[in-house]
Amino acid sequence: MEFGSRKRYCTLFDLYSEILLDHYRLPRNKGRLDHPTVTVEGTNPLCGDELTLDLEFEGDRLSRVTFDGKGCAISMASASMLTEILQGKTIAEVEKWIADFRAFIRDGHAPEGVEMGDLTALIGVSKLPVRVKCATLPWMTIEEGVRKYRGS
Amino acid sequence: MKTIEDIRRDFPILGLQVNGKPLVYLDSAASSQKPMQVLNAYCGFCESRYANVHRGVHTLAENATADYEDARRLVAEFVKADPRGLVFTRGTTEAINLVAQSYGRKFIKHGQAILLTPMEHHANLVPWQLLAQYTGAELRFWPMTEDGRLDLDGGKKLLDSRVAMVAVTHMSNVLGTINPVREIAEMAHAVGAKVLIDGAQAAPHLPVDIGGIGADFYAFSGHKMCGPTGIGVLWGRPEILEDMDPFMTGGEMIREVWLDHATWAEVPHKFEAGTPPITEAVSLGAAVRYLQQITPEWIAAHDHALTELAWEKLTREPGVTGYGPTDNRGAIVTFNVDGIHPHDLAGLLDREGVAIRAGHHCAQPLMRWLGVQATARASFYLYNTPEEIDRLVDGIRIAKKVLHVV
Repeated sequence: MEFGSRKRYCTLFDLYSEILLDHYRLPRNKGRLDHPTVTVEGTNPLCGDELTLDLEFEGDRLSRVTFDGKGCAISMASASMLTEILQGKTIAEVEKWIADFRAFIRDGHAPEGVEMGDLTALIGVSKLPVRVKCATLPWMTIEEGVRKYRGS
Repeated sequence: MKTIEDIRRDFPILGLQVNGKPLVYLDSAASSQKPMQVLNAYCGFCESRYANVHRGVHTLAENATADYEDARRLVAEFVKADPRGLVFTRGTTEAINLVAQSYGRKFIKHGQAILLTPMEHHANLVPWQLLAQYTGAELRFWPMTEDGRLDLDGGKKLLDSRVAMVAVTHMSNVLGTINPVREIAEMAHAVGAKVLIDGAQAAPHLPVDIGGIGADFYAFSGHKMCGPTGIGVLWGRPEILEDMDPFMTGGEMIREVWLDHATWAEVPHKFEAGTPPITEAVSLGAAVRYLQQITPEWIAAHDHALTELAWEKLTREPGVTGYGPTDNRGAIVTFNVDGIHPHDLAGLLDREGVAIRAGHHCAQPLMRWLGVQATARASFYLYNTPEEIDRLVDGIRIAKKVLHVV
């Protein structure tokens, strides 16, 4: 049997890109709000990620969003990117972003006509089932936050 | 005698480049790599000996049956046990479930107790939880010392005549602790309890003498000891196996079947319902032949030296915390680096070609005991080298730089 003839290398998409590391080292909108409209917490019990999002709504607009918590670089960078993108968006826009992000991770490419910006750096997780939860935690958490706001 | 270079050449995957760097495989506690001898046995058996076992009378069926039963004998010899008690299962998990279901449901009653330890892998914990719920038996937990060993005196206090089963790991898959299983078996037998040893981590790394330990049941997996996945072993005392009811039923495990009832084949076949993983069993036979040739003693000494070196080098690194006993540990070093999530550490090490495990290692209660959510784990086997430990340490330093942890 000949094993030596096969290609002897394999490479993963580099998850730890400069964009991702930049968000991890210099997180945007990290901290707590004094008077959030809604506070929502998300956890990822298997890896111990803990995330708190403070959301401030003005009518149907998410005027401010901050995050706090601890977790891996993927979850923290994803949270940082989320706050940057969603700040100032309408609820309908926020919901569309959540759906687009889900599709992006599920399909491994951006939905047609959507410019993902820094989020493109997270594309590597779509091939790493263990890390998908890290990247999606902030997005599932804000989804819960929007639901809470709509219900109140 | 093979040199370490010879051994490494036996494992084709070790020549791989991962992310542009030579692979450093430090995840053998999760699953070991396979030598050519096992790959060739797997293919060779399929190419020229394969048929179903214990059925046909044609040449191939006889060849396959002979090879399958040879594998049983080889594996039994490897762990110094009576082959009549050696049941092939899918792995350690199935082996322990078999005992919990077939022995437990018949012989462990309400009012009796099952004594476990907090350092068990989920596979030696959850089957007993289910049994306890089913029978009303009580679960007890052997106390641990601060450095991650079993507190023998504390355990002794829990051992009374109500304890029907003591199920304990031979080697912790997180702490690396090697438990004094012989002493534990003696203590358990003194109160009339049966003893199951989870040997998933020990069988690949230590010379195992099931007879000497005095275990009633001993379980291990093929894929952690250079064999394929899908094959493992439950060894049970033949007289106990005879008293137990079957675990799964169907073909292969029966003697006579009528429309409304059936009688069982002799042990160990009584516990091998359906077509077994034949090729996998034969390949496990090849794996133990390979390990036997290198000798379990050489492997244990090699692993021990690497583990000592890794422990020393890792715990000397600033910000690194090691878990578990500081000496007499199995080929596992579990650790955390301050400010770096273990998943990030494993991800960044992967960029350097270094494969380690990160997470809870299927031992969540032990993670709670350690007071951590997750850890990183480097584990070693016969093919690892001191240079690879240096690559691990270099990788940790790179990870710190990348994440700006100083």
